[in-house]
Amino acid sequence: MSAVPILAVDRLHKRFSGIGAVYDVSFELEEGAALGIIGPNGSGKTTLVNLITGFVRPTSGRVFFRGKDITHLMPHERVGLGIARSFQMVRPFYNLPTFKNLIIPLYSPRARRIKGGEYGNRDEVAIHLLEEVGFERDSQVPYKMASNLPHGYLKRLELARCLALEPEVLILDELFSGMSLSEIASLLPLIEKIREQGTTLIMVEHRLRELFRIVKEVIVLNFGEKIAEGAPPEVIGMENVRKAYLGTEVGASA
Amino acid sequence: MAILIYGLVNSIILILAALGFSLTFGLSKVANFAHGGLYLFAGFAAWLLHKRLDLPYSVAILVSIVLTSLLGALIYRFILQRVRGIELAEVIATFAVGVAIIETFRSLGFVTFEFNLSPFVKGGTRILGVAIDYQRLFIIGVGLLLAILLWVFTHHTKIGLALRGIAQDEHTALTLGIESDWAAMLSVAIGSALTAVAALTILPLGIISIDLGYEVLLIAVAVSVLGGLESTAGLVVGGLILGYSRVIAADVLGTQWQTVVYLVAIVLVLAIRPSGLFGKFKELEERV
Amino acid sequence: MSAAYRKERLDRGIKARSDDIFALASYRELLYLIGPRAALIGGLLIFPLLRDIIGLVWLNVMLTACSIALLALSWDLLASVGLVSLGQAMFFGVGGYIAGYLNDAYRVPPLLTIPIATVLGALVCTAILYPVLRLRGIYFALITLTLPLLFQRLIEATKILGGTEGLSALDPLPETTVVVYIAIAAVLITLFGFRRLINSDYGLVLKGIRDNDRSVIAAGINISWYKAQAVFLAALPGTFAGALLTHQLQFVGILAFTANYSILPLASTMIGGVGTFAGAMLGALTLVPISELFRGFGTWRVVFYSVILVIFIVGLPEGIFHYVQRQYHQFERRAPLAGDK
Repeated sequence: MSAVPILAVDRLHKRFSGIGAVYDVSFELEEGAALGIIGPNGSGKTTLVNLITGFVRPTSGRVFFRGKDITHLMPHERVGLGIARSFQMVRPFYNLPTFKNLIIPLYSPRARRIKGGEYGNRDEVAIHLLEEVGFERDSQVPYKMASNLPHGYLKRLELARCLALEPEVLILDELFSGMSLSEIASLLPLIEKIREQGTTLIMVEHRLRELFRIVKEVIVLNFGEKIAEGAPPEVIGMENVRKAYLGTEVGASA
Repeated sequence: MAILIYGLVNSIILILAALGFSLTFGLSKVANFAHGGLYLFAGFAAWLLHKRLDLPYSVAILVSIVLTSLLGALIYRFILQRVRGIELAEVIATFAVGVAIIETFRSLGFVTFEFNLSPFVKGGTRILGVAIDYQRLFIIGVGLLLAILLWVFTHHTKIGLALRGIAQDEHTALTLGIESDWAAMLSVAIGSALTAVAALTILPLGIISIDLGYEVLLIAVAVSVLGGLESTAGLVVGGLILGYSRVIAADVLGTQWQTVVYLVAIVLVLAIRPSGLFGKFKELEERV
Repeated sequence: MSAAYRKERLDRGIKARSDDIFALASYRELLYLIGPRAALIGGLLIFPLLRDIIGLVWLNVMLTACSIALLALSWDLLASVGLVSLGQAMFFGVGGYIAGYLNDAYRVPPLLTIPIATVLGALVCTAILYPVLRLRGIYFALITLTLPLLFQRLIEATKILGGTEGLSALDPLPETTVVVYIAIAAVLITLFGFRRLINSDYGLVLKGIRDNDRSVIAAGINISWYKAQAVFLAALPGTFAGALLTHQLQFVGILAFTANYSILPLASTMIGGVGTFAGAMLGALTLVPISELFRGFGTWRVVFYSVILVIFIVGLPEGIFHYVQRQYHQFERRAPLAGDK
């Protein structure tokens, strides 16, 4: 059992021009764990992810990776350490064929360092990665322009982009949004496999039922504050969590 | 003491000169680099109307303002509208238009001393022991008046607020029924009119020199960058800083250092604090 | 009734190709593909030899055209990474002044000053531009617009590096024909070099920075560092041109930073087609001689470039090169509408 959590967030606080987005959020994550971050729209989930990954500077608070303070690191440096994230609004390189989209993460210092010897042909590695996330190798799809990909495939591409970096912490921001139940079901084994390899997982999700099949621990955010933490069954039973999602009753009607 | 007064005059001149540019950018995010060309156009138009067509001076001025405003609107309609959103194409295209206007005047021979506009009121007075001519006082007055009017317009009138709305979030503004293209054309037209006012108030101080076209653009950029691209307060403060720096530099180092002041200001600001003193683009620095 | 035809656009029946490999079926196809390029390169290589027919003046025009071509190629590389430069003159001037200064103050021969000025100049320019690379594109445009002017005024005011008079009586180069060959060689090397670069995986990263920098950052790449590399590479042809011209003219002055060296490459590339590199070169090689032909028109020429530039930005953003290329590879014909007998 490792003593130091792989990821720790200490009282992260972010205000945008006077409007608070994340208030005093703290949590710790053990290596290899799977954490869900849930909460109604606008509760600051993506901002929290942005803070962890460095795309936004916190007003106060700190982020630790394996005990090291990384709050001042630029996003690409955090990727170099092994923290990869997907984007809620997927924006691939539209003018490139799908597999070429992966050349760029494969070109990063981290990918080059880790893949080392087997590096050789980046195109080949890219196709292989696409295969792993569910593209059929012998079909035309990996070679299609990214602008022509249907939604489900775009999400898989996004996942592949993260996997190309062989992350230690993988943060998926609403991966399941816009996907059908069968599409999600087809992705579950892949996510299992990622976990088996020892990757720590954080998933921001709205699809709670599917999420709870993967994670054993969730944090609930509401209006930027962490209002609950614990195992899924407990958490959804909590009064304040229900209120956050469903709203409160205004008062007895006449 | 002289420096205090001259510095103030200089600052107001710079603020006036930058006003049209800054307003257009703040209202509609359109960077109109034809600014210098419009400035010259206003001056030469008034000159032509007054000296060649024998219109009374005040009429020539008014017509010139209208014409410049129209020219600005046309530039928007036929050029900017096509490349709207591609920031850099906007810059290059309007810059090229500005160059075309300026160099056209140069090629047509508008370069001699006869091209000058007369001051509105001749003569001068002394304020606090410093000699100052009426034209310069007039400039101060106009400058202050416009700055106040501007502030009121953008913060308190429907049109002004609508224009700012578009600058901030085009999609939302569209859903509220504000037509983006008309609004942008309007702000370019207003900005051009302001530029014309500035030109017609300042040019009487000397002759209409063609290179002013480039210099005015430089001033506008320097003041806007220093003060922050979207802030009226920034415009004023930026203008004051540059105005006084210029006067002090000329006094202490020599006149050839004057333009250097603008240029150094631009470069330093961009390197150290790109959103300017009062800039609202803070996200620029947060952006990694 | 209605029109009895429709327009079709078809590929000429010669193409069977992927990115790097052309599947050729005959010598005719080979000729078709290689033809235009060979003709152009051949023409360029023969040109200087025709000195006696064309005259020294035109040889010098070719030299200027090559300088502009180098600056245009430089501009195109910067544009490929998303940086729009409004001040190519900066590269030209910095290269020119370093070469001039080394020669003037330390009597370093041109054989050394030119390479040193090229590399050192590129380093200096990259260092100066580095702070704005992390900002939005428009700030890069503003600073490149400002810097050449700043250098001009500073030199004027401080009187260093020869002040307004410049540095003169510098060491010359061997005869003009040789210099033109060197220039043409530089252009061709830059052209092919940049094309290879942009088509490689490295180039993919650069273009990615232009199209979607957020994704590139999320892929773990330090975009400021890559932009800096691009600036350095783009600066090299520019500083080289400046250094070469300095020795050819045996003089360098503040005119080395003049707006002409910024506007012409911009116009050339826009007209030729942004992103193609060949378009930048062709644009320069066409625009400069035309400009020379109309020398009598003085400053009207600048009006002309500006107007053309605007027309191209607004009307034909893909540039001439793409258009011509499309015409070459495809042809239109009228085909009868299906169902019409």
